[in-house]
Amino acid sequence: MEILYENLLLLFQNGGWQRVVMWLIGGLLIYLAIKKDMEPTLLLPMGFGAIIVNIPAIYDGALSTLFSAGISNELFPLILFIGIGAMIDFGPILSNPKLMIFGAAAQFGIFFTFSLASLFFELPEAASIGIIGAADGPTAIVVAQKLLGNASQITGAIMVAAYSYMALVPVIQPPIIKLLTTKKERMIRMPYKPKNVSKTTRILFPIIITIIAGLIAPESIDLLGFLMFGNLIRECGVLNSLSETAQKVLANLITIFLGITVATQMTADKFLQPATLLILGLGLFAFIFDTAGGILVAKLINVFSKKNKINPMIGAAGISAFPMSGRVVHKMGLKEDPSNFLLMHSIGVNVSGQIASVIAGGLILSFML
Amino acid sequence: MDIFGKFSVERFVSSLQYMWKGMLAIFIVIGVIILVTVLMNSFFSKLAAKKQDKENNA
Repeated sequence: MEILYENLLLLFQNGGWQRVVMWLIGGLLIYLAIKKDMEPTLLLPMGFGAIIVNIPAIYDGALSTLFSAGISNELFPLILFIGIGAMIDFGPILSNPKLMIFGAAAQFGIFFTFSLASLFFELPEAASIGIIGAADGPTAIVVAQKLLGNASQITGAIMVAAYSYMALVPVIQPPIIKLLTTKKERMIRMPYKPKNVSKTTRILFPIIITIIAGLIAPESIDLLGFLMFGNLIRECGVLNSLSETAQKVLANLITIFLGITVATQMTADKFLQPATLLILGLGLFAFIFDTAGGILVAKLINVFSKKNKINPMIGAAGISAFPMSGRVVHKMGLKEDPSNFLLMHSIGVNVSGQIASVIAGGLILSFML
Repeated sequence: MDIFGKFSVERFVSSLQYMWKGMLAIFIVIGVIILVTVLMNSFFSKLAAKKQDKENNA
């Protein structure tokens, strides 16, 4: 009874109300996960974790141990990348490699936001905020942890923004796509002519990409290496049970721990700051300009190509949010013309966005470290 | 954390170099990957065609 009284008292002293606000934010994340089906695998554990770490006592329990064991050394996001790599089929970009240009173009928002954020934040912080635009939670965690470490006040906001915006792709992207394209452009048809991709190419691709990226942007080697290792397990054909485990059991296990552990950064003193709102705003900005970058490059290519015009909407799928972004573009294409199937192109661009965002993360680390 | 106290246009100007360097670097890396993929596709499709020809002749 005495402990209950002391803890209730803490809620009304020294800004204890902020903890209640964090419980409400945790509740909101759980609501969005369950009712709106927004990235439930991450928002639900994060919401619950936010409630735990804001119980009015100095929190230093198992979640802090998990944070030290799996996030502060970037282990969880890297292991998750093995699972993601095992899930990805690089077939569409191996069949039409030119699609990868849009993956590169759609990283514009990251670098643009990096510059914009530097108006308010030191460069390593600004760089970590820019990477929210990668639309890739694990990459955002790795970059923020490497550049800012555990003591930073803004890591929690960056992680929450990265995962929340991934879930908001179907809400954020369509208005930007509509704003930047005409109806005629959205109706451009792109016939899909798949080429036969040999098994040797599929096996060599992850190995060669790792070597190329490792030579040009060595800081990306952890991220890209784990992603490509997962893909090699998938494509080699002799490790099917490992591939299945990586895709399902391993990815699910890490996701459970990742979400609830990220929440250790959502303590009231760190999260309820004006900087958090600014970071959320800048993260949105990064997403918008990533989308715009991909679309505008597609439109630019169309200016110079006489035939085989590109539907500029597929450029928007160059962000890393896979497969949401590819599906959003496909659905928008169908809405304009029910017989126009853009799925294979948009998924191809989306897959290339995964590779490009990891490389962008590596480049940012190379610049800052 | 006083974000507005840290406002700096100089820092913004100095960060612009990372924007062009970053975009240039990413297009170079992706360009090399595209090139290698095209070469791999072309090499292995020719190899497969040769193999097919041999099988047909035999």
